[in-house]
Amino acid sequence: MQRRHFLRGAAALPLAASSVRLMAAAKGTPRVLLVFLRGAYDAASLLVPVGSSFYYEQRPNIAIARPGSAADAAIPLNAEWALNPALVDSMLPLFERKQLAFVPFAGTDDVSRSHFETQDSIELGQPLTGQRDFQSGFMNRLAKVLGARDAIAFTDQLPLTFRGAVQVPNLALANLAKPSVDARQAQLIAGMYQGSPLAGSVREGFAVRDEAMREINGNPGADMQGGMVGEMAAASRNAITAKGFEGEARRIARLMRERYHLGFVDVGGWDTHVGQGAGTGYLANRLAELGKGLAAYADEMGPAWSDATVVVISEFGRTFKENGNRGTDHGHGSVYWVLGGAVRGGRVLGEQVAVAPGSLFQNRDYPVLNEYRSMLGGLFARLYGLSPAQLQQVFAGAGPRDIGLV
Amino acid sequence: MRRRSLLVTVGLGLTGPAWLAGCASPAPRAGAGGDSTDLALLNRVTWGVDSAALAGMNRLSRRDYVQAQLHPDAATRLPASVQAQIDALPLLQKPMPAVVVEMEQRRRDADALADDDAKKAAQQAYQQAMNRLARDASTQMLLRALYSPNQLQEQLSWFWFNHFNVHQYKSNLRAMVGDYQDQLRSRALGKFRDLVIASATHAAMIRYLDNEQNAANRINENFAREVMELHTLGVDGGYSQKDVQELARVLTGLGINVSDKTPNLKPAQQALYVRQGATEFNPARHDAGEKLVLGVTLPAGGGWDEIIEQLTRLARHPSTARHISQKLAVYCVADAPPPALVERMSRAFTASDGDIALTLQAMFDAPEFAPSLARKFKDPMHYVVSAVRLAYDGRPILNTAPMLGWLNRLGEGPYNRQTPDGYPLIEAAWSSSGQMGTRFEIARAIGGGSAGLFRPEGASAVDVPAFPQLSNAVYHSALATTLGERTRAALDGATSPQEWNALLLASPEFMFR
Repeated sequence: MQRRHFLRGAAALPLAASSVRLMAAAKGTPRVLLVFLRGAYDAASLLVPVGSSFYYEQRPNIAIARPGSAADAAIPLNAEWALNPALVDSMLPLFERKQLAFVPFAGTDDVSRSHFETQDSIELGQPLTGQRDFQSGFMNRLAKVLGARDAIAFTDQLPLTFRGAVQVPNLALANLAKPSVDARQAQLIAGMYQGSPLAGSVREGFAVRDEAMREINGNPGADMQGGMVGEMAAASRNAITAKGFEGEARRIARLMRERYHLGFVDVGGWDTHVGQGAGTGYLANRLAELGKGLAAYADEMGPAWSDATVVVISEFGRTFKENGNRGTDHGHGSVYWVLGGAVRGGRVLGEQVAVAPGSLFQNRDYPVLNEYRSMLGGLFARLYGLSPAQLQQVFAGAGPRDIGLV
Repeated sequence: MRRRSLLVTVGLGLTGPAWLAGCASPAPRAGAGGDSTDLALLNRVTWGVDSAALAGMNRLSRRDYVQAQLHPDAATRLPASVQAQIDALPLLQKPMPAVVVEMEQRRRDADALADDDAKKAAQQAYQQAMNRLARDASTQMLLRALYSPNQLQEQLSWFWFNHFNVHQYKSNLRAMVGDYQDQLRSRALGKFRDLVIASATHAAMIRYLDNEQNAANRINENFAREVMELHTLGVDGGYSQKDVQELARVLTGLGINVSDKTPNLKPAQQALYVRQGATEFNPARHDAGEKLVLGVTLPAGGGWDEIIEQLTRLARHPSTARHISQKLAVYCVADAPPPALVERMSRAFTASDGDIALTLQAMFDAPEFAPSLARKFKDPMHYVVSAVRLAYDGRPILNTAPMLGWLNRLGEGPYNRQTPDGYPLIEAAWSSSGQMGTRFEIARAIGGGSAGLFRPEGASAVDVPAFPQLSNAVYHSALATTLGERTRAALDGATSPQEWNALLLASPEFMFR
């Protein structure tokens, strides 16, 4: 890492030769990554309402023990809330450094409780009343407002949220394989498309791919055959092999650090209807993997972390009461995470209500008190200095609410 | 049928459609090769050109070839070895409702286990069995797309599934998609009304769009809205929110029942009860009051017949004729089809009471059709199927798993579209930079070797030797002359047959049909 930073500062020439775009990521440019937890994670197992006896009544088998009461007990954050112990090594340090905030009772007013209905409506970010336009996601509208050509989805397909007027590339980094189309073949292919309407898309595809391989391999001078050495070296510096989301997050960080400013990635596996566990178990393992990945992202960003914001969202929360299978069913309000070098963290933010029988939505779920369009609108306004008119282009009809995240 | 098709074409004047030029004689043409119009037409009528398709067109005139595709002989058979592969699929051993019952029991048994680990293992086994059912359905679909002589019917089968889309991962739909696909396939070139009714009364659709929850005084509008917006009238088809609510009332009581029990009904309602496969009409859940849909009053006391009659009215609505013609033209002609073409199709649709074959005939016969050839961007399904058809030219593959992998990587896996709107049919949805890059990787995989297509499933299976022979008779007799200078130059630069294959499949010419 150090060597690379030195190289970039001291000798821009070889880098410029390999990629003219590399220097585009000027210091101070906000880098926003949206992480979508598809499947609706159980937010009450992340940010544990340890101040609520109701919580322990409603979850006799899956509640996370009060701080200090067991080996896998929750980690206290304040009098009301505590953190899942699976995140003690990854997210707790960030919270203590005041770079991580949680927003409970967050989500959408969509109450279909259908995964795909709600994922779609959040990704589109349009008013819930009226016809949906599936060709206009809010991240694309944000990219447009920012005049940005440096947005990217780290997914197989372009997610709904990035569909729209701006052409946004996509590149999945979850299972990074060396491309089988080599540089010479890429050139032959690009040659066939010269002068055709697809020429731009084809060229951009190869460019993004090559750039990604260079960045990720950590060796801008090497050709792609030189391959995975860089990543392997980086991984061994961290003592454990970067795998799963952690590996993906490091790759994403390298691209967000150098080249892209607006990113999207999704993480699945949260639909815990059965045997979700408590301080340990299935969900704790998933949270641990996610936390490790986010911490790795922060680490890999290096100095650019001070310009970075990561927002972790999910389509809805889960039932407050455990179900008959030691799991939880589809609910409503969730907990969003906001982390970054400039985040005013170490706090639990936004509109809140005591976790008690009377405060549940429809007598079963967390309510939504922090509507995502208002909340993200407020965040974007602060980060980018957007005008009210620009914000209306991103989130039509939503009044931005600045809850002091940055 | 004959008389009808004659009538439709008579209005076109003496010149006839442009693609008929050069083969005015109905007599079989000599020679093994086809010209570029043959090729382009075949690439539109079929899932992608191969020797059998070229030979078929050489045997018949272009018009007769298209006629044969529009009115396929019911007796047409798949190649025996392909049929044997399909017959061996466990999916087909039982009728759908029986499969659903069996799977439901497995699910309940798994849920009843007290031990968390045992429960998870049983649930996992259940999920695998469910995946297998959907997988078998997709294998059947892909083998037919690859090898059925009735290529247009297979293309339209895919189109209708996509039009009346359901998502395999909702509830237990994986046990139903195979049957649903068959019901649409057998009607693919028939009357639109029959397609609407087959879809709306199928358990897969009823479950997917929550009509099980739709009952008198507990209205769920989900299905009613999509029937009008997506399946029939179109979003600008001239219906109101009130019409949606009223149609939802019409559809109350249409649900699913796979048990051996029938609901307890008052004697007066018993005669109205209907059971059809896994589908049930329960008059006790039906809103029997008077309704007003699109200006038509439906008298009180209706039931199943009221639903069928209302669906029929929607299928015959002028907005539906336009909407369906437009969508067929987007699939078969161009992303933005000429309005005059859609108008011709719409007239044929209306004149033929929604006959899909005759609507398509109007499309093929229209002067706007020929200029569209070779300009329609292939969606992933067309890309993958056409590549495998050309690469193995009639030699049946033994395993569809690699194709499913490619389709999923390209984002168009069978039954995998979550939303009821179906996969998009236009270029913009499939040509992002990342998607093009993935296509080139897949071109490399298909061109580079047999890629697992000839390794039957099973632990002891042996890979049968096979090589994608893209530089084949079809290429030399027809394809080569359609390639542009740049593509030829790139092919000349190939250093191995594998690379030559990959470049051909990656070429811009191969991206279009």
